Amino acid sequence: MNDTHKPPLLEVKNLRIEFPTRHGTLTPVHDVSFSVDAGEVLGVVGESGAGKSMTGSAIIGLLEPPGRIAGGEIRLNGERIDNLGPAALSRVRGRKIGMVFQDPLTSLNPLFTVGQQLVQTIRAHCDISEKASRQRAIELLDGVGIPAPQRRIDQYPHQFSGGMRQRVVIALSLCAEPSLVIADEPTTALDVSIQAQIIDVLKRMCREHGASVILITHDMGVIAETADRVAVMYAGKIVEIGPVRTLVKQASHPYTQGLMGSIPVVGRKRERLVQIEGAMPRLSDIPTGCAFHPRCPQAFDTCRRETPVLMPAQASSTACWLYREGHNG
Amino acid sequence: MRRLAALRVGSRTWSRIHRIYDSDLSWSFRHSPLAIVAGLMTLGLLLIAVFAPWISPQNPFDVSSLSLLDSELPPAWDPEGDARYLLGTDVQGRDVISTIMYGLRISLVVGFCSVMLSLALGVSAGLAAGYAGGWIDAFIMRIADIKLSFPAILIALLVNGIARTLLPREVFNELALWILVFSIGISNWVQYARTVRSLTMVEKSKEYVQAAHILGQSSLFVATRHILPNTVGPITVLATINLALAILTEATLSFLGVGMPPTTPSLGTLVRVGNEYILSGLWWVVIFPSITLVLLVLAVNLLGDWLRDALNPKLR
Amino acid sequence: MAETNVSGNNVPAHMEFRDLSKYFDVSPPYLTRLLRREGRSLLKAVDDLNLSIPRGSTFSLVGESGCGKSTVARLAVGLYRPTHGQIAYDGKPMAYRRERNTGQRRVQMIFQDPFASLNPRWRVRDIVAEPIRAYRFLDTRAAIEKRVGELLEQVNLTAKDGAKYPHEFSGGQRQRISIARALASNPEFLVCDEPTSALDVSVQAQILNLMKDLQKELGLTYLFISHDLAVVDHVSDYVGVMYLGRLVETGRVDTIFGSPRHPYTRLLLQAIPNMEMGNKERTALRGEVPSPITPPSGCHFHPRCPWANERCRSQAPALLETPDSRKVRCHAVEEGRLDELPIRKAAQSGQVIDGPLEFSSSIAA
Repeated sequence: MNDTHKPPLLEVKNLRIEFPTRHGTLTPVHDVSFSVDAGEVLGVVGESGAGKSMTGSAIIGLLEPPGRIAGGEIRLNGERIDNLGPAALSRVRGRKIGMVFQDPLTSLNPLFTVGQQLVQTIRAHCDISEKASRQRAIELLDGVGIPAPQRRIDQYPHQFSGGMRQRVVIALSLCAEPSLVIADEPTTALDVSIQAQIIDVLKRMCREHGASVILITHDMGVIAETADRVAVMYAGKIVEIGPVRTLVKQASHPYTQGLMGSIPVVGRKRERLVQIEGAMPRLSDIPTGCAFHPRCPQAFDTCRRETPVLMPAQASSTACWLYREGHNG
Repeated sequence: MRRLAALRVGSRTWSRIHRIYDSDLSWSFRHSPLAIVAGLMTLGLLLIAVFAPWISPQNPFDVSSLSLLDSELPPAWDPEGDARYLLGTDVQGRDVISTIMYGLRISLVVGFCSVMLSLALGVSAGLAAGYAGGWIDAFIMRIADIKLSFPAILIALLVNGIARTLLPREVFNELALWILVFSIGISNWVQYARTVRSLTMVEKSKEYVQAAHILGQSSLFVATRHILPNTVGPITVLATINLALAILTEATLSFLGVGMPPTTPSLGTLVRVGNEYILSGLWWVVIFPSITLVLLVLAVNLLGDWLRDALNPKLR
Repeated sequence: MAETNVSGNNVPAHMEFRDLSKYFDVSPPYLTRLLRREGRSLLKAVDDLNLSIPRGSTFSLVGESGCGKSTVARLAVGLYRPTHGQIAYDGKPMAYRRERNTGQRRVQMIFQDPFASLNPRWRVRDIVAEPIRAYRFLDTRAAIEKRVGELLEQVNLTAKDGAKYPHEFSGGQRQRISIARALASNPEFLVCDEPTSALDVSVQAQILNLMKDLQKELGLTYLFISHDLAVVDHVSDYVGVMYLGRLVETGRVDTIFGSPRHPYTRLLLQAIPNMEMGNKERTALRGEVPSPITPPSGCHFHPRCPWANERCRSQAPALLETPDSRKVRCHAVEEGRLDELPIRKAAQSGQVIDGPLEFSSSIAA
């Protein structure tokens, strides 16, 4: 839990993202609040349409227009970063917050060598000479596990395999020594045997460079191995947030319980997987009250009328009326 | 829309109309002022052309209705003009405004029909090339490359010249329209072929095509029933823009004297005729047909531009 | 040939792969080859595969990119012609596309991508009715409409959904429509090519449960292709692990995943991020899957294998049967080296290393 002496590195309060379309305004992210401490790994997990990628993009200021932040605030080290102009934002992006995207093929510019891209980024944010930047780039490549970095630094992205490219992208995100790295589905496009390698590299490098990580993914296995805390998102809201062990073994929110139960695990033999009926609602059609109530096996009257907020439940915080003070059953 | 509902339109048709009204395309149309203006203009010119025999004051193709005494009259607002001939008359006594209306008919008929011919040729060629691949693809594409090395005007001149020498004069004059349609049609098919070919190659690798193969559907079925419907969007855009081009090509050919004969003039012929007499001061014979031509081509072009942007999935 | 199949008895298999190979010619054009003085390049997507699938069971093929499992799926359903060997369905060789006879038409496929597997311009009812019309099961419009309604209900959609277009449905629903289409052809054998890989986890659970129910209801046999070992473990009776076109281990899924013998299987099972195990000490699976066009010599896995020796580099191992009814393709297993030679303990960094292996003296747990 939060160390009350040190303020959190990143604080997101009541974030709201709106997306005007011709059918009306959609709200992909609806009142999301969480914080990330220095040195911790926060997992953000959810299915497609839950709003997790949008949250990540909003934090680093890369929301695709016409999407825009319509409410709430994002504070990095106490200072607001959601209302910055483009010049100030470009100083934050890269320098204070780094990003690792999903597709290593399109994350690197095919026209420049790996070294050129690294050096460009380093020099854009840090005031050091070309030679020193190149040295730093070589060290980074070595750190992420690229063999013979002095030779490979002058190669083009197409000369690297998928897993190696993702390592380069991790190096790129860390080269300006940010305090926070946002990784959006970093292993989804990779082979299974490489996923573990990349997760190890990400975790180790961030620990060595003192960066916290927000790991956005739909893969609970990756979260279970990497994250300290995890936030589960559903229909634009966080429905549960807490330590990873707790959420995996004893989730409080019915959605989290259903989610954990529907994931097959090698060695765990079951006749049927836990099935949550229905599907995540479309953004234009979010139910009133608790967005999950139509699919929830434990829904009752209040769930249909009032939208729950995060409240303490056992070892985590849950947005569920089952855990309201004084509610029984 | 609710007022329309008062009409006793069957509920199935009604829901279909409602769906079209409510679709993305129609919304985009309603919110694009340029598209609305272009659409109305095109519609207006089309209606004029369709109803020309009824609304035009005179039938300019009927030589017996012409009167040489009325020739070379300026437009009606000019002191020397005659109120019967709103935009004046040409050297043969033809009412300019009637000739414009009838000329519009020819321009539009030639435009539409040649686009249809190009579509038929180009889409089949592209579909065959894209679907079959291999040497069939190479063969068709080489023919397309050869065709591209001949400018459209040149082909039209060639066809026209051959027809003129082979056919007796009266037959030629009667068939002039269809000869024009043919020559413009065979010069514009390559764009369609290329577009359909690349679309076909993309769709061919998709899994729904594989599913059809597993069912043992014939190549013809897969190509026409599965793949072809998916090429409609880009083809419609091309066809609209090409319509403008076809109309302009026809006007150019007529202007050059190898299009419609002077007895059945199109807008281009009018421009040519007027051009010959412009130095004698008959400016109205050139200007008004030219303006009409420009308006028509502009309107169709703008409509095509809007359609391309509206159907572009990335811009939605 | 009545060889003992995977289930260990002499029941004739529903589908059998006998010495099945599929090679693709991926050579650059003739002129390029002439100028570069290169020979032809052959991609051996599937190399000498021998498998048999018992009736009514679920047989999974698992492996990473380039292992050839998708190619096997397409061979099984008749979309490709084998280069060598054959596929025997109910004892008779599988034909190619249109040449498939009535019996072979009962082998159908469910695809991976729910967005590309349905024609966006067709209505759902026409998509589901296509097999019925193609195979002429019913001829009146009313009968076809009724049957389509039944099929949609069977996959937990409604008959009214028939009038809609695919883009009006979510990924999971589209996959159900795909299943309905496959069922419309009265199949006995379904080849499922990564049917849930593109779906969210809770939707995946719905689809997997549906497929299990349908299997029981209709007595179907599944050939299930996937890269997700957990899913494979959940659905299958038998599993075959593939690597670069070759089958490296096969047997009952409990046997293979419970006590894996082939080095690739062992390391792969360790490598997958797992919800239960959490921060575990793992032996890194080093390197990446090599390109299938130029695979390593001998045993394809040798550059990444901690037990590789000279023989592994030069000689490709054969698929041998072990006493516990599994088949393994590995020299180390054959020579009994697997349990003796210590596993090299990977550097904590999980670093990719190009140089030769050095074996540490400590023994991993």
